[in-house]
Amino acid sequence: MTDSANSSHAVLPDVRRRGDGSAPATCAIRTRDLVRRFGSLVAVDGVSIEVQHGEIFGLIGPNGAGKSTMIKILTTLLPPTSGQAWVAGFNVVTQAALVRRRIGYVPQLLSADGALTGYENLLLSAQLYSVPPKECAQRIHEALTMIGLLDAANTQVSHYSGGMVRSLEIAQSTLHHPAVLFADEPTVGLDPVAHRAVWEHIHELRERLGMTILVTTHNMEEADQHCERVAIMHHGRVMIAGSPASLKARVGPTATLDDAFIHFTGDKLEQEGSFRELLRARRTARRLS
Amino acid sequence: MSSYVPAVPPADFPEPPAAFTFVRHVAAVAGAEIRKLRHDPLELLTRAIQPMLWLVVFGQVMARLRGVPTGRLPYLDFMAPGILAQSVLFIAIFYGIATIWERDLGILHKLLVSPATRTALVLGKALSAGVRALSQAVIVYLLTLLMHIHVQFHLANIAGVLLLVIMGSALFSMFSVVMACLVKTRERFMGIGQILTMPLFFASNAIYPLSLMPGWLRTISTINPLSYQVDGLRTLMVTGGTSAFGLRLDFGVLLLGIAVFVALAARLYPRMIT
Repeated sequence: MTDSANSSHAVLPDVRRRGDGSAPATCAIRTRDLVRRFGSLVAVDGVSIEVQHGEIFGLIGPNGAGKSTMIKILTTLLPPTSGQAWVAGFNVVTQAALVRRRIGYVPQLLSADGALTGYENLLLSAQLYSVPPKECAQRIHEALTMIGLLDAANTQVSHYSGGMVRSLEIAQSTLHHPAVLFADEPTVGLDPVAHRAVWEHIHELRERLGMTILVTTHNMEEADQHCERVAIMHHGRVMIAGSPASLKARVGPTATLDDAFIHFTGDKLEQEGSFRELLRARRTARRLS
Repeated sequence: MSSYVPAVPPADFPEPPAAFTFVRHVAAVAGAEIRKLRHDPLELLTRAIQPMLWLVVFGQVMARLRGVPTGRLPYLDFMAPGILAQSVLFIAIFYGIATIWERDLGILHKLLVSPATRTALVLGKALSAGVRALSQAVIVYLLTLLMHIHVQFHLANIAGVLLLVIMGSALFSMFSVVMACLVKTRERFMGIGQILTMPLFFASNAIYPLSLMPGWLRTISTINPLSYQVDGLRTLMVTGGTSAFGLRLDFGVLLLGIAVFVALAARLYPRMIT
């Protein structure tokens, strides 16, 4: 990878215009020594990561590890205390408006507007993201088809199930075909069927639109199954990053990503018995079943 | 490291002119808000109760007293535009609660991640609050018919009244959003809303003329935008209504107020989520 993203002043070519299939010139997401403090709490503590174009990248770690803060910084919602970050080639602080045009965001909460119908939610997103008026109808139809909500399009979202809302939100955040999609715990609280559907949508979008996808999750199994690379976050720091296979291989031949997580965050986890117990319980359950 | 290369590069669409984009964003936010109205028609009914109480109970009694010097205007005629402004104010002043609600639901996060400027988002909300308040105008017009209040039904007058209702609601709803961005929690906001409504209402010409007030109160009332909204409404709505400030000043003050509070709200909006 070349390092042309190093200077905060460098305006990089819009990566989405690259259509010749050549190797991407820059990273889709790049951070350098990113820090975010809330008073005395250091939520993000010197994070440097690189995410390649078209990659499904997982930020994994327990609640409070700094994952959501990372997403808020990368989506321009929160300025970093120090350090720098670039998304789709643009600086998230100095070129926030350019970044916002090129990203999609699925927040942690189920946040489609319950007082509107599915169609109305999609229309609002299409308009806010400047989808040309002539293309709105077609893109909304496409999106509704993808998520299987054509029949429920004119139903108020407050009557949707959690899985339907989440699917709608993924459709909403990708109507403008963003270069990078951020999904903050996209499957948390969903039943297994909805869980699978969400990942199907994510994979389909990547295949169809070449999107880069950054997800956060505290579900190691999910990360192992769906992410090409992960970064293990703990207390605001990235302990290690790499493909799930490579992380597991460094721990042992039969290690799971849970084991890798404990290995790389090891001594610090002692204070958090409950989480460790949870992991153990989950592993035991898997062995038994 | 992945060697994945996208099969189809995502289509990019040309950037439309900034002014077009801005207007479209404002219309998108306002349109979504207005669409929500038709899902909850009951709200309109509950909103009719307060102006009804003020006009039918308070107004009728006060009119019998004949203690308020309202010139040639009967007291009820004098008061009706004030009650319209008041019912718009009482709804708009709690508009900020919706912002806090949207923050708690994550809707605000999604709006703020979109490419729409903060000004466009806030202005869309202001516009929708203005349009929502039109229901109050309908209610008060109906009440005036029932109570034989002398109303001017010229098209220009009605248009002016509706415009003043929209502007007043936009102004006070943005004032409310600014408050919400500062206090951030529902509990604190409700407290502040309660504290603000009555002083804004009583320190205005809504139910008695400025000439009746002691000097200090008159000073406060002349910097209260509500007085200008009432003054404009009184001029345009009722037969024989006269303006104390002049219509040009009435509209000017409201427009300035909207500009100030939209700018402040746009500035403070992102603070809601930190």
